[in-house]
Amino acid sequence: MRVVIIGAGEVGSSVAASLADDHEVVVIDLDSDRVDTLTYSLDVLAVQGDGASLRTLREAGIDDADLLIACTDDDETNIVSCGTAKTISDAFTIARVRNTKFLDTWNQSEGALGIDLMVGTNLLAAQSIVRVIGLPGAEDVDYFADGLIQMAEFRMTEETPITGMSVAEADTFDSLTFAAILRDEEVVIPSGDTCLRDGDDVVVIGSPESVSEFARTIEPHVDDISDVLIVGGDEIGFEIAGLLSEREIPNRLVEPDPERARYLAEALPKTTVLENDPTDQEFLLRERIDEVDVAIATLGSDERNLLSALLSKRLGASRSIAVVEDGDYSDLFEAVGVDIAVNPREAIAEEITRFTREQHAENVAIIEDDRAEVLEVEVDKESVLVGRPIHESIKELPDGVVIGAIARDGAYVIPRGDTVIEENDHIVVFAAQDIVEETLEAI
Amino acid sequence: MSWRVDWQASVGLLGTGLKYLAVTMFVPLFVAVVYMEDIWVFALSIVLVMALGFALERIDPDPDVGAREALLFVSLAWFTAALVGTIPYLLAGFGTGSTLANPVNALFESMSGFTTTGATVMGQIGLEHHSHALLIWRQLTQWLGGMGIIVLMIAILPEVAVNGAQLMASEAPGPELQKLTPKIAETARVLWLIYFGFTIAYVVVMYGLHLAGFAPNMNLYNAVAHGFTTLPTGGFSPHAESIAYFSAAVQWAAIPFLVVAGVNFALFWHVLKGEFDVMLENAEFRAYTGAIAVTTALLSLLLVRGAAPPLDIGGVTGGVTENTVRQAAFQIASLLNSTGYATSDFAQWDTHAQVFLLFVMFIGGSAGSTGGGVKVVRWLVVFKTIRRELYTTAHPDVVKPVRLTGSVVDEDAVRGIAAFTLLYVLLFGFSAVFISLDTARIGIELSTLEAVSASLATIGNIGPGFGRLGPFGNYEFFSDASKLLMVFLMWVGRLEIVPVLAVFISALDSD
Repeated sequence: MRVVIIGAGEVGSSVAASLADDHEVVVIDLDSDRVDTLTYSLDVLAVQGDGASLRTLREAGIDDADLLIACTDDDETNIVSCGTAKTISDAFTIARVRNTKFLDTWNQSEGALGIDLMVGTNLLAAQSIVRVIGLPGAEDVDYFADGLIQMAEFRMTEETPITGMSVAEADTFDSLTFAAILRDEEVVIPSGDTCLRDGDDVVVIGSPESVSEFARTIEPHVDDISDVLIVGGDEIGFEIAGLLSEREIPNRLVEPDPERARYLAEALPKTTVLENDPTDQEFLLRERIDEVDVAIATLGSDERNLLSALLSKRLGASRSIAVVEDGDYSDLFEAVGVDIAVNPREAIAEEITRFTREQHAENVAIIEDDRAEVLEVEVDKESVLVGRPIHESIKELPDGVVIGAIARDGAYVIPRGDTVIEENDHIVVFAAQDIVEETLEAI
Repeated sequence: MSWRVDWQASVGLLGTGLKYLAVTMFVPLFVAVVYMEDIWVFALSIVLVMALGFALERIDPDPDVGAREALLFVSLAWFTAALVGTIPYLLAGFGTGSTLANPVNALFESMSGFTTTGATVMGQIGLEHHSHALLIWRQLTQWLGGMGIIVLMIAILPEVAVNGAQLMASEAPGPELQKLTPKIAETARVLWLIYFGFTIAYVVVMYGLHLAGFAPNMNLYNAVAHGFTTLPTGGFSPHAESIAYFSAAVQWAAIPFLVVAGVNFALFWHVLKGEFDVMLENAEFRAYTGAIAVTTALLSLLLVRGAAPPLDIGGVTGGVTENTVRQAAFQIASLLNSTGYATSDFAQWDTHAQVFLLFVMFIGGSAGSTGGGVKVVRWLVVFKTIRRELYTTAHPDVVKPVRLTGSVVDEDAVRGIAAFTLLYVLLFGFSAVFISLDTARIGIELSTLEAVSASLATIGNIGPGFGRLGPFGNYEFFSDASKLLMVFLMWVGRLEIVPVLAVFISALDSD
């Protein structure tokens, strides 16, 4: 497949890097330095020029391209580039936008503006944060099969009640599968007698009810989330406030800039907007940050988010979440005490990966900075899985694949060794990164 | 001293307005012909006003009206309309001993008419004392003033329409102008048509009741005459007993029309387009109807407990009867939005019931209605602002916009509304003091309720007050100085203070 990527910024480069192995990738950027860097660092063709001009697009070979990904930092450029490409090419176009207003337009009329897939990064990041907030203790949450199946990742600590138990002891839930344990650099596929250790990240797949029950077992002290403090009113903070209000979760937002605060207060009728320096400890204490269930740092820069998240945690917030633009820092954030670091760029990567595997996967969740993936796949009649009990068919799949759940005609099916997978079932599988392609081939 | 205003433009436009005002005098002329009364009063009035109109128009035949000219024009237009409106009173009263032969009284009556106040200095009201034509003119002034004479001009005069938005914003009741259609003339026409439609409906219902035998006194003349003063929240009646002259059926039937008169007419435009939600979800509409419901219930309770003695007119005997509820509902529907009709002499009720009515008079109609007073929307904003102040005292960092029906009220508008309300209350207070002192000067001691209600009933364009100023009373005994102050109050009250005062202030500031 020939892929043209416009914008060699962080998103563009990381998308290019993940696609370069299997596809022909051309990257366009205005900045000749970036173009040079890319030419040597990745096995891609880098073109210097304006992605919204026909000449540059032609130079990049848009005529033969199958896919165009416009992911510069400028929404308008991305939209216009897709529209321009559409005039001379049949390539599938993906545009990254930050501003949700464009997304609203596009959702109302899909394919509008010459864009086949519009990915709203801010909204996606906000959604993933709100999903995590909704499940106490979880570090990552995703839904599959129209919400029928939920995947969640939990960290085991010394205080976690099930730490030290074997999986068989811990798994007292009907519709729940312990899909994997991420232990240091390893991905462990657990069996009944695998022990859960302090520091493990456990990935579970199951029905939303049993995942919530599991979350309550892990965090028995947490009641319903009733007080969320959003520190910083950047676009992601704004989207989070909107989503929380939609779900009737009380939330407050702190914004230092008076004009921005006024704008936010007008646009978010159900959010209490506070105008003050978000790193002012006295102010935070006055606003009872020690009673806050979740504090989210969305101040627009990684440094300030880190400071804010640590400060919230220090002052007594039960959980602190920080947005981190540079994915390399995610681990660092979590190492120094931030409970969850969310990278908005991961969201777009997930979307784009989902698309590039469209023929196979319905939905993709990337686990822990691309160490593994959870995929939703619709099984067709040629699949090796159809018509056989799982304990037989699993042998045809690579080692380390776990079938976590099955959705059949809108109902949840618990996968057991003797369960027979039928045509058109949606299965949710866990696979480590290195065997994802192989797994999809086999299914 | 320069006013930095192109006053010729304002006056020229005024001339055009006067020509059309002369045309409206054909209505009483027609009535005079029908009842075979003296036609010369109105024939002469038409000629005089028409001549004045043509003369003023020549000052600037092609007026170019900007923001300040608009303010000056609107202020002048209302004052001139009131001045010109005195001509028939003076001509008809000349040599008859009528109180309206006095120019100050005539001006008071005329201003009370155009501003839809309804306060009267007419010594003896009734068709026995005055011609049908003169009394229908008195009614008509209120109908013309109700939706606004400027709005009417914009609707029918293309040359005014160009600068119409500016003009309409200065006249339309309420803090901001609502344009319903892209063209301002179209908006003005829509508002007048809705107004006209409700007036016709009122006449049809009332005359229908008469024909069906439920309203012996409501003949066609009375139906039209009251149609002219119900929708504009006017309150004039050709009968001394106001609506108490008519049957209970008429009183019940009038209540919904009274309520409608205080609703923002723009909401009916949405209803006509099938958007009922817009009306039902409107914060001001809900507050207005809610206020009517609550105050009616409270007043009913007071009346049931015997707050009103048995009276000759609209007596209430206490206890739960149809009469008690009707008196409560009618008085509230009439006084809350500044109409000023009465079916009971509430000036003779117990003091606590009168004080309650005084409180109700403070509320006013909705923005964009024909009602006077502070207006419900302003009270809503004022209360929300106060609540916000209290809240931010405890939470100093909170940013909290004031919202109405889900949309944010601009901070400038909030400030404007606070200033208006304060100005209104100040003007009301000072005037009450002035009227009280001035009346004592001529040897008449006013009660507190009388002094306060004289001020409130004129600045709020309500009409009747308490004591001697009750619904069946009269403002005639005041001195000329007090009457002229009240003329001023009615004028600034109708134009919502700001245009008139802005003209004065810009005059003072420019030397």
